[in-house]
Amino acid sequence: MVKYVIKRLLLAALTLFIIMSMCFILIKLLPLPAIVGNEATREIIERRREAMGYYRPIMEQFFLFWQRIFTTFDWGIGESMYQTQSVMEIIGQKLPATIGVNIYSLIVSIPIGLGLGIFAAVKKNKWQDHTISTLVMVFISVPSFVLAFIIQYVFCYKLGWFELHANNIETTQNIWAQVFSPAMFVSMIPAIASLAFGTIASFTRYTRAELSEVLTSDYMLLARTKGLTRRQATVRHALRNAMVVIFPMILGNFISVLAGSLIIEQIFGIPGIGALYVTSISVRDYNFFMAISAFYTAIGLVASIVIDLSYGFIDPRIRIGAK
Amino acid sequence: MTKDTLNQDIMNIPAEKFTFAQADKKLGDKKLQTKPVSYMRDAWRRFAKNKASIVGMVIIAVLILFSIIAPFVSQYSIEYSDGAYRNVLPKISADASGGFWDGTERYEGSLAVYEREYAMGVESGRIVVQKVYGRRTIMVEGQARTLYSYRRDTYNAVGYMFQTITRDQFQALQDYQDETGIQVIYPMLDKDEMYASTNANYWYQTYAEGSSHAGEAVFDEDGNYIPLYRTGRASSYSLYDSLRIAGDPGIEDPDSSDAYVYYRVVQGGVEVRVLYYEYYVYMNGFEPYFIFGATGTGGDLFVQVASGTRFSLMLAIGVAVVNLIIGAIYGAIEGFYGGKTDLIMERILDILNGVPFMIVAVLFNMHLADSLGVVGALIFAFVLTGWIGTAATVRMQFYRFKKQEYVLAARTLGARDRRLIMKHIFPNALGTIITSAALYIPSVIFSETSLAYLGIINLNNPSEGLISLGSLLTSGQAAIATFPHIMLFPAIIIALLMISFNLFGNGLRDAFNPSLRGSDG
Repeated sequence: MVKYVIKRLLLAALTLFIIMSMCFILIKLLPLPAIVGNEATREIIERRREAMGYYRPIMEQFFLFWQRIFTTFDWGIGESMYQTQSVMEIIGQKLPATIGVNIYSLIVSIPIGLGLGIFAAVKKNKWQDHTISTLVMVFISVPSFVLAFIIQYVFCYKLGWFELHANNIETTQNIWAQVFSPAMFVSMIPAIASLAFGTIASFTRYTRAELSEVLTSDYMLLARTKGLTRRQATVRHALRNAMVVIFPMILGNFISVLAGSLIIEQIFGIPGIGALYVTSISVRDYNFFMAISAFYTAIGLVASIVIDLSYGFIDPRIRIGAK
Repeated sequence: MTKDTLNQDIMNIPAEKFTFAQADKKLGDKKLQTKPVSYMRDAWRRFAKNKASIVGMVIIAVLILFSIIAPFVSQYSIEYSDGAYRNVLPKISADASGGFWDGTERYEGSLAVYEREYAMGVESGRIVVQKVYGRRTIMVEGQARTLYSYRRDTYNAVGYMFQTITRDQFQALQDYQDETGIQVIYPMLDKDEMYASTNANYWYQTYAEGSSHAGEAVFDEDGNYIPLYRTGRASSYSLYDSLRIAGDPGIEDPDSSDAYVYYRVVQGGVEVRVLYYEYYVYMNGFEPYFIFGATGTGGDLFVQVASGTRFSLMLAIGVAVVNLIIGAIYGAIEGFYGGKTDLIMERILDILNGVPFMIVAVLFNMHLADSLGVVGALIFAFVLTGWIGTAATVRMQFYRFKKQEYVLAARTLGARDRRLIMKHIFPNALGTIITSAALYIPSVIFSETSLAYLGIINLNNPSEGLISLGSLLTSGQAAIATFPHIMLFPAIIIALLMISFNLFGNGLRDAFNPSLRGSDG
């Protein structure tokens, strides 16, 4: 088990290293973007570029890049946005909002998604099941940004219940406290809802599929014959076994949604990583681009490891890494 | 039976003594009475039974037809735009009183706006104010303001415009008027007394700027608008000799000093005041008619949405086919040879699988957009990582089938690897492979529209015939409060595309692999 975990982690680290290296080289092959801003700023950025070896051969830069990251975890400074500020610091400021909106959406999605899934499985092939399944199909297919537009139009414009954009965050004060404040929560409701619909749909789909398979298995018949009511059998036996598959899925979702809110953040002006990433691409700030790309890649890799490992934790019968 | 035959040495019967016992009968298996059902036919039968997937297929067919036919149905091209008709509402019904899809909207405006739009209809008969719902008074900064609520025809509300044209064009326009009897040119206005001298719609007397009623109409004792037309004796070398509007003293006597003046000589030609709707008909030969409404620049949303749909479909299907081929070959090699080959190839896949698509798309766009174009770069980005799913599916299928007895039998009979792969294993895996390709299509459409929406990849170039549904959404979102139709139609089409391909793909999967049925809800 430990050996397997270490193996997976090493492989993920290697993958991350290779991807970031290729990303770095591809970006360095592009011409350096011109420095903008006032003279003092330009000079600081210019000096910083000098110090980071931006004018040396690519392979040399490559080693310097990894050296900086391995020794001081320094991803450089903002060049065309957040000029002269540390990239890591800005990302640290933006991360809470992204985590906040995703956690909220998960908190909403898990009970609703599981509840609907269980309900649909219990009522399999009745009209309740058909209705839920149809809705699930629709909400899984319709892209989150289309939902976001509808929500924005109906609830922000027509009904005027919410502000068009989420509240801003004062970087001078405690960011976490601001993100999880009630006012921020209210202003993020449209974004949370846009994210939650898709997540609810996929939770419902998995729960229904798993549970309806478990419900038809032999041990359920046994549970009923030994005198358990349908409810008892479902809760005590079926649900727990279905969880073996559902729980890792939720866990994986928990991690990977951090990368999924990119568009939603942009639409509702949530001051998070996603919006930062999109801006960094359009203004060509490569330092930010590299750092956030690494972040997203790492999240994807970690998510897949956690999903695989959690199978073993939740159900010891599943031997991980066994041949 | 003779004694001779009984005593015969049975081990050494000469060959010529043998004869067929049933020489006149042909022996064989009984011919099957039923028709054999092939794998594909069986799959199709299951597919056709599934209502949801048939619905999906029908929607796909409709969308494909729409994307192909729309440019022929519509009078506009993608490149077309006319700023005067920007943001006009969708219209398929010519009857403007119904209030549904007829280019009208419920509008609330101040008295000045209401009177101006009402006046347009009075002057030309192109009625803007279709129906009045009522009025209400609100307080703005301590002053009472009355707002009028009415149904407004957005096409006719374009109203009048000052146009500078050459003298030849002026003559041609007059000939057109004489020929058709349609009034296009309206009298010039007395600019000194006009409310807003650049706005050709204030043809009537208004309260002056600075008054508390600024812009509102002044009526005569009968309650009619008081025209502000420029008058003057038409000289013998007048450039205008065509239709005159009702009430023009120049109809009876063109030489009268009260006759209306229909043009003003400016440098390079004449300035005229035209009713833009009729002028538009004269210039284009057709009436303005935007089925999905017009975009923020006055382009036809219908054609642009169709073009975006076509682009999405072509890109997605093209990419899916390419990825299908690459993935099938890669997965077949992995699955068939297994062992060390499989291990190495799987590690390569692991690395590729870890690359977020966004990064690939951005990097490819930065590097290749200049040489290959934006679309080329996008295709490369999709192809780089898109085939991994197919490869994994094919690999699984190969692992499943290669150990089966019939493959072993074929191998024993001397079939080579190539034949085993192509003839024996691949056809069995085909259904699963096609399914994975069909389910890959919506994800391509999703990625493409999101990238275009975010502006990371610039797919908004109507002048070159390239537009993505995603970039239409971007422009739609900017006007979401005032003109929701610009966002609505692309959003509906994207939603339909995604739903239909998912339904279709799920149907295919159930058809090819009935044991998986219902595993998705």
